[in-house]
Amino acid sequence: MLKGKDIIDASDLNKLDVEELLILAENIIENPREYADTCKGKLLGSLFFEPSTRTRLSFESAMLRLGGEIIGFSDPDSSSVQKGENLPDTIKTVASYTDLIVMRHPKEGAPRYAADSTDIPIINAGDGGHQHPTQTLTDLLTIKQAKGKIENFTIGLCGDLKFGRTVHSLIKAICQYEGIKFVLISPEELQIPEYIKGEILDKSKSEYREVERLEQVIEELDILYMTRVQKERFFNEADYVRLKDSYILDMEKLKNAKEDLTILHPLPRVNEISVEVDSDPRAWYFKQMRFGMFIRMALIMKILGEE
Amino acid sequence: MLNINSIAQGIVIDHIKPGSGFFIFKYLGLDTADYTVALIMNAKSKKHGKKDMIKIENILELDLKALGFIDPDITINIIEGERIKEKICLELPDEIEDIIKCKNPRCITSIENHIVHKFILIDREKQRYSCKYCDHIHSWEG
Repeated sequence: MLKGKDIIDASDLNKLDVEELLILAENIIENPREYADTCKGKLLGSLFFEPSTRTRLSFESAMLRLGGEIIGFSDPDSSSVQKGENLPDTIKTVASYTDLIVMRHPKEGAPRYAADSTDIPIINAGDGGHQHPTQTLTDLLTIKQAKGKIENFTIGLCGDLKFGRTVHSLIKAICQYEGIKFVLISPEELQIPEYIKGEILDKSKSEYREVERLEQVIEELDILYMTRVQKERFFNEADYVRLKDSYILDMEKLKNAKEDLTILHPLPRVNEISVEVDSDPRAWYFKQMRFGMFIRMALIMKILGEE
Repeated sequence: MLNINSIAQGIVIDHIKPGSGFFIFKYLGLDTADYTVALIMNAKSKKHGKKDMIKIENILELDLKALGFIDPDITINIIEGERIKEKICLELPDEIEDIIKCKNPRCITSIENHIVHKFILIDREKQRYSCKYCDHIHSWEG
């Protein structure tokens, strides 16, 4: 039962919850009109303490397509946060007007802290380099649409695996499925954090290996999850400039890839996937973006208990 | 040699690592206590050469759970009628609050003034805790 629940971390959703969400999202994709008034009379608080295009717009369009409405801000400077208001006070204020809060915050753990100060459900829409559980749901729905199942495949995660919150959330969720092999492709400076290796991959006895170059492994991958080397996650410009072009997917590298490879990317991209790849049938990242809205519709419905 | 008399009733926190006594004294709020307390630093110890000790007179109820995190080698003796009535062995608490701060500069705890720093025990053997908010790991190995 997801009604009234906070979704802060990928582990707040068990495998059954995810299965139900995927089924509901697939039904919405098939018959969107049937769901048009499901959340009529409900109000979503949309609090974006840092910039976002896809996540914010997909949540807001999800709520609008369910017949609900939205209040909130996409720039904290237009709220009392700019006057120095603390996070619990901001959350209590918005919670007194709304039924559900979606929040993105640059600081890691902010949604957990927010959830401690209110009884209404909080959905984490990304907290710094930490977690982004609804991107994970988007990724899972895209994999299900592309492969017809979520099991027995080799997934390569490429790029910034240290600060890339989407990667952390995805690993947490997907390691619960049978027969998943992880190939972690990154420069040494951006390898997956120890806590993900120790607490998630080792504990779930997942098969994984770390490599430095995409060319070494591309031919064995069923899914390739590319990530952006994010400038805002670096402490200094020099490190960013040195590493940003390390892992670029182009048609040359794709020559050795499987015919049914599925290429995913949480977007936005900078240059880690050449635009020439966009027209390749293996590129699923623009479809992935649209699936993000459908899975968020399913999640909002479940959390508000409006099925 | 400095002598501090034994107590008839109360708590003796013994075998504190030299130098940690003052921190524990402050942590337990004994610096503002209105009952008799003694902090002894660098006392002779057969086991370790030197140790710190704290004696608290006439008080038997204190929340000492967190001391297991600060120094698991501490011994706690509950004294009643001038005898040791109970020896408490410490173990790592499942959760600790406001003893250590999260070192992750990106953690929400780095900007919110009134937040309680909470850590959850994730590995008893390796004495590893993770920040309740950002999952950053704290361990004595650093």
